[in-house]
Amino acid sequence: MAMSKVVSMAEAIETYVEDGMTVCLEGFSHLISFAAAHEIIRQERRNLTLCRMTPDIVSDQLVAAGCVTKLVASFFASGSAGSLHELRRRIERHDPAPLEVEEYSHYGMVCRYQAGAAGLPFFPLRSYAGSDLPRLNPRIRLVDDPYGEGTVYVVPPLNPDVTIVHAQRADRHGNVQIWGISGVQQEAVYAAGKAIVVVEEIVDDDVVRSDPNRTLIPSHAVDAVVVCPRGAHPSYVQGYYDRDCAFYRRWTAISKDSGLLQAWLKEWVHGTANHEEYLDKLGVDYWDDLAVAPRLSEPVDYGSRK
Amino acid sequence: MTTVRVEGISATEVIVSVAARELAGKRRVFAGVGLPTLAVDLAKRTSNPDVELIYESGVCGAHPSAMAEGIADSVVVSGAESVVSMQALFGYVLQGGNVDVGFLGAAQIDRYGSLNTSIIGDWDKPTVRLPGAGGAAEIMPNAGEIFVVMRRHDPSAFPAELDFCTSPSPVRARAAGDGIAPRGRGVTKVFTNLGVLSRQGPFDELELVSVHEGVTVDDVRAQTGWDLKVADDVTVTAPPTGEEIHLLRDVIDTVRLYLR
Repeated sequence: MAMSKVVSMAEAIETYVEDGMTVCLEGFSHLISFAAAHEIIRQERRNLTLCRMTPDIVSDQLVAAGCVTKLVASFFASGSAGSLHELRRRIERHDPAPLEVEEYSHYGMVCRYQAGAAGLPFFPLRSYAGSDLPRLNPRIRLVDDPYGEGTVYVVPPLNPDVTIVHAQRADRHGNVQIWGISGVQQEAVYAAGKAIVVVEEIVDDDVVRSDPNRTLIPSHAVDAVVVCPRGAHPSYVQGYYDRDCAFYRRWTAISKDSGLLQAWLKEWVHGTANHEEYLDKLGVDYWDDLAVAPRLSEPVDYGSRK
Repeated sequence: MTTVRVEGISATEVIVSVAARELAGKRRVFAGVGLPTLAVDLAKRTSNPDVELIYESGVCGAHPSAMAEGIADSVVVSGAESVVSMQALFGYVLQGGNVDVGFLGAAQIDRYGSLNTSIIGDWDKPTVRLPGAGGAAEIMPNAGEIFVVMRRHDPSAFPAELDFCTSPSPVRARAAGDGIAPRGRGVTKVFTNLGVLSRQGPFDELELVSVHEGVTVDDVRAQTGWDLKVADDVTVTAPPTGEEIHLLRDVIDTVRLYLR
C-alpha cells in the first residue's frame, strides 16, 4: 500500500498551486472547499484561470482578492441567494478591471470535464441548436455527425493544472468517499494534472474498504489529502453540517460594496493564519444552527466468500 | 406596472398556485432555481402527490422534509430516491429523454418561447450580467415541454427581440438549422404577474389564455413587446384557494425566501 498523502493545507497550496495556473475548484452548492480558496488568497496567487460550474461566493472572493484573471463557468450567481456583485462589477463595468469569462451551459462544463478525464478531443451535446452561446464562446463548435447527415455541437476537454475538491472522508492514501450531491468531483479530479482533496476527517483503511461503492475517487487519482474539518463553510457537507444560508444572504450586501468586501477579506481571510483561526473567530456556538441530526442509511451487506 | 393584489394575495402567490395546478398529471418534473422550486413543492402537496421531482444537482425522486432553499439543498438529498452524478443527470436522465416537464425562470422570453438568462445589453460589457445558462440550455431542447415563470410581465421582459438567446425555442432551432433538433415542444405555459400564456405545437407562438383578477387583456397587450396573440375564450385566472395560500405561507415558505 502506498504511503500517506496527508499534508497541511498550506503545504498543499504551496506545492501544487502556482501563479498563472488553471485551477478547478468544484463542488455543486455542496462540498465547496472555501478553506482551500482562502489559503490561495492568503498565499496571494495571481493570474489564475478558475474553473467552476457554479461560481458561487467562493469565486466572488477569489476574484476580489486579485487571484483570478479568467473564469470558466456556467452559472454566475449564488443559487437562491442572488447576485455575485464582484463578478458583476468586473463584467458590467470593468471595475476595477475586466474579468475574462468563458461561458458554457452546465452540461457543457460536465462534458468538458468528462472529455478531459477520458482523454478525448471533444464531447458532443444535444443542446445549443439556435442558441447564441456558441457565438459568445467560439470554443463551442459545430461538427458533422460522422454517422449521419446532420451536425452536432461539441465542447473541448478541460484539463486543469490542479483540481481541488472537498469530501466527507478519505483514508490516508487518498481513497475518497462522498455521499449526497457529488457534482463533477470525480470527473474534475481525473481531468486534472494534480488533485488535492480536502476532507472533514481521515478514517481507517478498513472504514473505506467496508463500503467501496462510496469511494468515488480512488487514491491513484489523488496527489494530496488535507484534513480540514468544516472547511466547506459556508457551503455544506451532507451529514456533517448544513449550508450557512444566513451568510449566503449576508454576502449580497457585502459584495455589493467593494469596500465592505475588501474589509471582509482583510478580516476573515488575511486576518486569520489558517482555517483553524477562521473557525475560532466564528466561535463554537456558531455551529449550533448549522448542526444536522443523524439520518443513517441501512447497512449494506457486501458478503464475503466462505 | 400592474401587480395583482386580491385580498392581500401577491402576484407571486398567484403565479405559484396556478403553476402548481398545471403540474397535475405530470410524471417527471425538472425544477429550476427560484419560484419553480416553490411551485413543485406546492404541487406535491396538492395537485400531484406522486410527481417525481428532479433537480439539476442530481437528485431524482426528492421527498424533502422542509422547503428546499435551492436546488442543491441538503433537504432534497436526505430521503431522496436517488442521487446521481452530473453526467447521469444531464446525459442520461435529461438528454436521454426522461423528463416530462422542465420548469424554468428567465429574464426575457420571446413570442415563440426562446429564453434569455445570460445578458442584458452589450455582450462584451453588459448592462446586466444575469446568472447565465446553467442547465436551462439543456432543459429547453430535451424536456418534453417547458413551463416558465416570469415575475415581471413588461416589454423589457417580453421583447420583440431577445438581447441574447440562452435557450432557443424549436422555432429558433429550426431556423438556425444547426446541431441536433430539439426533442420537445419547447415552452407550453408561461405564468406571469398578469396572466397565463400558452403554446400548443412546437412551431406555434405564445397566446394569452387567462388574465389574473383585476387585469384586462389590453393591460397585458400593452406590457408585451410584440403584437400578442389572444385566445378567443380568454378567461379570468381562478385565484389561489385559502388552502394554497395557507400551505405557501404557513407550511412551506415560512422564512419568506420565495414569497415576496
